[in-house]
Amino acid sequence: MNTKPADSEYAVEVENLVTHYGSRRILNNVNLKVRYEEIMVIMGGSGSGKSTLLRYMLGLGTPTSGSIKILGKDITKMSSQELYEMRKEMGVSFQGGALLRSLTVGENVCLPLKEHTKLDENTMRIMARMKLEVVNLANFEDLMPSELSGGMIKRAALARAIVMDPKLLFFDEPSAGLDPVVAAELDDLILHLRSAMKMTIIVVTHELESAFKIADRITVLDQGNILMTGTVEEVKNSKNKRIQDLLNRRPRQEEIDPEAYLRRLLGEKDDGQGSNVA
Amino acid sequence: MGFIFRHIGLFFERVGRGFVQGIEEIGYVLVLLVESLYWVFVGFLRKQPVRVDAVFKEVREIGFNAVLIVSVLCMAVGTMLAIQGITSLRQFGQELLVVDLVARSVTREFSPLIVGILVAGRSGSAITARIGTMSESQEIDALQVIGINPVRHLGAPVLVGMVIAVPLLTVLGDLMCILGAGLFSSAEMDMPLKIYLDRTMSVLTVDDVRQGLIKSGVFATIIALIGVSNGFQVGSGSEGVGRSTTRSVVLAISCIVIADMIFTYFLNIGSL
Repeated sequence: MNTKPADSEYAVEVENLVTHYGSRRILNNVNLKVRYEEIMVIMGGSGSGKSTLLRYMLGLGTPTSGSIKILGKDITKMSSQELYEMRKEMGVSFQGGALLRSLTVGENVCLPLKEHTKLDENTMRIMARMKLEVVNLANFEDLMPSELSGGMIKRAALARAIVMDPKLLFFDEPSAGLDPVVAAELDDLILHLRSAMKMTIIVVTHELESAFKIADRITVLDQGNILMTGTVEEVKNSKNKRIQDLLNRRPRQEEIDPEAYLRRLLGEKDDGQGSNVA
Repeated sequence: MGFIFRHIGLFFERVGRGFVQGIEEIGYVLVLLVESLYWVFVGFLRKQPVRVDAVFKEVREIGFNAVLIVSVLCMAVGTMLAIQGITSLRQFGQELLVVDLVARSVTREFSPLIVGILVAGRSGSAITARIGTMSESQEIDALQVIGINPVRHLGAPVLVGMVIAVPLLTVLGDLMCILGAGLFSSAEMDMPLKIYLDRTMSVLTVDDVRQGLIKSGVFATIIALIGVSNGFQVGSGSEGVGRSTTRSVVLAISCIVIADMIFTYFLNIGSL
């Protein structure tokens, strides 16, 4: 079903990605390669830049420098029409589901089909139902998103993400805000999707348990830098202190620079030169 | 002394920043306008048309659902104008001129302005709130990754819907103002309503109505662009949505009044 193009063995290649938010640097030279049919988990604490990395991989922002190749093509250099075509190959499930509140669950799932295909209404509805079956939401198509529980919204969003049978699936925080049982079910669903539909799946999460269960490889981000990329075992056995802090839920111990601390207390702007101490 | 200079410096810095932000915002709004028009006129060539049902939904929401309130307000304004007109003109024994006064001031000025302000308050804020909450909950991002351009899906239908609905409401407003004034005047001056209306028709020129409609089209564009742009630029949290909504209404009404003045000047430059 999913043949690899000969020129690249990677579904996603991020090279030397640097991004800014305003004047603040969020990602520092991030390099990431995801193989075909692999489940890659991007892990990191809050503010590590993992959501930002995801946004850029989705083509939702223009990076300061670097390239992002999806299925062998650099999306940072694409025209809007090329990117539009590329969207058919990418499915995304957002953190809060991001179902359109004005549409029913079924209409939400149909949305990509309506946009990209010329199928008639009935066929679309059947396809939407098929995907809702996959995520165990049969018979919920006529409900509004506001009538669903958190777990159901995530599953409906997943159905919408896979309705075009994308080659690439992005999943932002699948288990955030869900109870452990529902979260585990979602993990199983992700594994099932990979084996049944041969998708390449990129999951952004900070839930360790879920990450270890589904990941082929894990990338650990910290303050905009990639600390390491490796298999679950490699990450577990890593000697890196920050990674161990993350794995063992230890609060991080920042080295305190007394001078910088004093400057912050005095409300002086830290311009990085350290010369403006009062 | 240094203290004072520092504050003067800070003041200029603030003015400068505000100026730059203002320019930036005007640029953003203009880009939004161009992009919306692009999708309206070129979108179907790219097989990504602006959906007609979305436009009709906006027309219904902005126009049809406001019919009652526009009618009530415009009748009230018409009546008020008639009262003021008759009391002032009676001093000169010219109260019959109230027909001319009402007919021309309403079609040229009051009806477009009142409809504009009403729609800004009613629909402009709702549009900002709707788009703002959507961008809060990543629905805009979701649209984008599906391949649906948010301006095409959310912005363009609002713009087209506004430009259709607001002039129609303005025509309704014209009629209701004149009816309100007619009802009051006919009772006050013992003149049958039919005569009042006939006289109105003979006084009114195409230019009067045309001026009002041009202005209402401009107001519609202003409300749509300000509503949509504030929605897309919403800050974080539900607080951000609230702030943007207020901002959208205040900005839209201010721009409407100022645009009204400018357009009135240029539309009447020949007869001044």
